[in-house]
Amino acid sequence: MITLVTSTIRTLGRLVINSLASLGRVALFAVSTISHIFRPPFYPREFLSALMNVGYLSIPVVGLTAIFTGAALALQIYSGGSRFNAPEVVPQIVAIGMVRELGPVLVGLMIAARVTSSIAAELATMKVTEQIDALVTLSTAPLKYLVLPRVFAGILAGPILVGVADSIGVFGGFIVATQTLGFNSATYILNTVNFLNGADIISSLVKGAAFGFIATLMGCYFGLNAGRGAHGVGAATKSSVQAAAILILAANFLLTAVFFTA
Amino acid sequence: MIEFENIGKSFGSNHVLRSVNLTVERGQSIVIIGGSGTGKSVLIKTVLGLITPDTGKIFVDGQDVAKAKHDDFLSRFGMLFQGGALFDSMPVWQNVAFRLQRGHLKRPKAEAREIAIEKLRRVGLGPEVANRLPAELSGGMQKRVGLARAIATNPEIIFFDEPTTGLDPIMSSVINDLIREIVVEMGVTAMTITHDMTSVETIADKVAMLHDGAIQWCGMLNDLSHSGDPHVDQFVNGRADGPIETLR
Repeated sequence: MITLVTSTIRTLGRLVINSLASLGRVALFAVSTISHIFRPPFYPREFLSALMNVGYLSIPVVGLTAIFTGAALALQIYSGGSRFNAPEVVPQIVAIGMVRELGPVLVGLMIAARVTSSIAAELATMKVTEQIDALVTLSTAPLKYLVLPRVFAGILAGPILVGVADSIGVFGGFIVATQTLGFNSATYILNTVNFLNGADIISSLVKGAAFGFIATLMGCYFGLNAGRGAHGVGAATKSSVQAAAILILAANFLLTAVFFTA
Repeated sequence: MIEFENIGKSFGSNHVLRSVNLTVERGQSIVIIGGSGTGKSVLIKTVLGLITPDTGKIFVDGQDVAKAKHDDFLSRFGMLFQGGALFDSMPVWQNVAFRLQRGHLKRPKAEAREIAIEKLRRVGLGPEVANRLPAELSGGMQKRVGLARAIATNPEIIFFDEPTTGLDPIMSSVINDLIREIVVEMGVTAMTITHDMTSVETIADKVAMLHDGAIQWCGMLNDLSHSGDPHVDQFVNGRADGPIETLR
């Protein structure tokens, strides 16, 4: 019995220590990345290529996700609001729901699915084929050449994508509300614009930057620390998306608490 | 001159290198032989700072590698990786000219491309491959491009990691001859890792055998066939029976 208890405690202890050690390694990687962000050399071509991949090429998936979510949100709020005789709150709740929460979170998760996985797979493949070692022997730091352009692109593209998602999501709600729920277009727009304030929009954009940072950082971290062979590449890709999604949701809670409970 | 002094490196409980002592003279072509997993690639990577040894020191022309200024130090080396390690997102000429487009060796784009094409020609590839992506090339061509990249900045020391792995015997022979020609022509110090005895005979001035984490035998190529060491004898003659344990 005592052996079983000590064995369980040992296993749990090892799990906690390993988790804390992993978190520590990720934190050190993040600090190292941030500390190099404004130090030369810079690689503008790699940055533009990363910006294209993280930002521009994510617009279709982000737009489609946002428009359907905004439309569904309008239907749900109309249905729920009707129970309290308040179906007219659809524009306000769609706007606040999309801008404060759904827009940033959906963008974060979409970037995690599309960008984090591709970065992790690309860098992990570079690692197992010795391309990262080749970079070092060619006097080029992987952190500068591979990580910083991607992370900086994530920080910049995140708020832009969130802005796109917020706008398209609100538009989705507008289409459903005016075409099927009988709302007046002008009143809907007026209620949306009047209800949103600066803090809502700023919080949304800050979340976008934070989620872009997390998503790209996780892709780079797990890619550069991949194990050997095809299994290593697969494991790095899977772990990067899991870690990015969890950290994005945790960061969303923290940022919401900071912005809206003060 | 490269000097390894008591180099040790472990990965967990796997003691890959225990105590390697080796000297490579300037302008000499040394080939390191040994079974798979004996730490030959690890040894090369310790010089370039890709792997930090747990114990011991490495000196290049008297300079302690651990204290060397990274950028300047690395510009003295070229390396041909086992699988080529070409950057698959960029065309061949940009792979070859990679170092020439960055850092203190930076040249204008046109000049860098010109040098890349010249180096490609040196390894037997025409300018028509310059704009192709590495994935569009055969294994032998990829090795040649890797070789062109390794010599692009006229380094003083070149490492060749398993240069003929994955190539057919004819292409292996072509690559071996090419390496020998380049080493002699450029007068570089060369360190090659291989278990291909044909490569050893073509490339080496001196041969060292790595076994059980240390240098088992080291001598000139002419002495290899009568080394008197049973480990070397077994390896050179490719015998399953002998002091080197094999899994069956």
